[in-house]
Amino acid sequence: MIVRISGEDQYELADGDAERLNELEKNVVTIVEGGEETRFGDAYNALLDYVRTNGTRVGDDQIENSQVILPPSDLTFAEAGKEFTGEGLIPD
Amino acid sequence: MAGLTGRMSTVVKAKVSKLLDRAEDPAETLDYSYQKQVEQLQNVKKGIADVVTAKKRLQMQETSLQKSVVKLDTQARQAVAAGQEDLARTALERKNVAQTELQGLDTQVTELEEQQQRLTDSEQKLRAKIEAFRTKKEVIKAQYSAAEAQVRISEAATGVGEQMADVGLAMQRAVDKTENMKARADAVSELESAGTFDDVTALGSGEDDIDRQLKQLSSQPAVDDELAKMKSELGAGGAAPQLAEQNEAAPEPAAADAGEQPSQGGAA
Repeated sequence: MIVRISGEDQYELADGDAERLNELEKNVVTIVEGGEETRFGDAYNALLDYVRTNGTRVGDDQIENSQVILPPSDLTFAEAGKEFTGEGLIPD
Repeated sequence: MAGLTGRMSTVVKAKVSKLLDRAEDPAETLDYSYQKQVEQLQNVKKGIADVVTAKKRLQMQETSLQKSVVKLDTQARQAVAAGQEDLARTALERKNVAQTELQGLDTQVTELEEQQQRLTDSEQKLRAKIEAFRTKKEVIKAQYSAAEAQVRISEAATGVGEQMADVGLAMQRAVDKTENMKARADAVSELESAGTFDDVTALGSGEDDIDRQLKQLSSQPAVDDELAKMKSELGAGGAAPQLAEQNEAAPEPAAADAGEQPSQGGAA
């Protein structure tokens, strides 16, 4: 499974990592929906760190398509909220 | 994955396929993508230049504010020494506002530096991918039948397209941030041109508009503290040596005028 952290790199993760990745993401979603801004940064970093630590970086000269694309590490709490309401980081 | 990543992934993929759908045969896809990639690199370079320009402007303002802080501090000390407390307070209020602005500028310069670094990295990554794409397309054309080549080429083009979309997002974020910084730089310019950080000795008697606004902008407790500190420092260092002694030992009932100073200093 190829995961891209926007603004950084692509990482190759074992398919078995998907479950943990889902848990970490759900945690972020719960925090954003609950309006718990103070907990957001750590939770989002935990998700990104999991990818960076458990994945193998795809070389810049390798061309791969990502199955999952994560927003950049400087995503703000407000921007994360917009991702859910559909406004999104990238306009359609 | 739903929520956060699901939407992001969907939108990027939609963007990439929109980018590539315009061309029908593989050769056209290649040429079109390659041309787009080169254009995108130009855009990134321009983006980096904009970030650098915004950063320089903020840095120039920082330098100018730093000078104001030093100047206003000196003036406040001179005013305290001359017993002109009102003038000292005005100078300290201005200094306080200048320092607050400086802190804000500092944070923003750091943020712009991060953006600059991100864009530079993105540019390098995209460049590497484009280079890989260029080599790969020749290999694919030489090795596969037309039908198979089309499939493989469009896969590779999608991969590069994803990188382009990502650079596009980094650019957009850098532009948004740079716009915010411009707003801040404009606000500081306005304060500067209103004379906020000017020489206080040029002031006439009485409070003017600037002073009334400054009172609101500056942190009064911080100004009170600094004024008290300055008074005790100047008192201890210069005219009244007996005052310094009393500050340390404190038991003697000293002269009446000296009695006032420590109590004000002590409130700080």
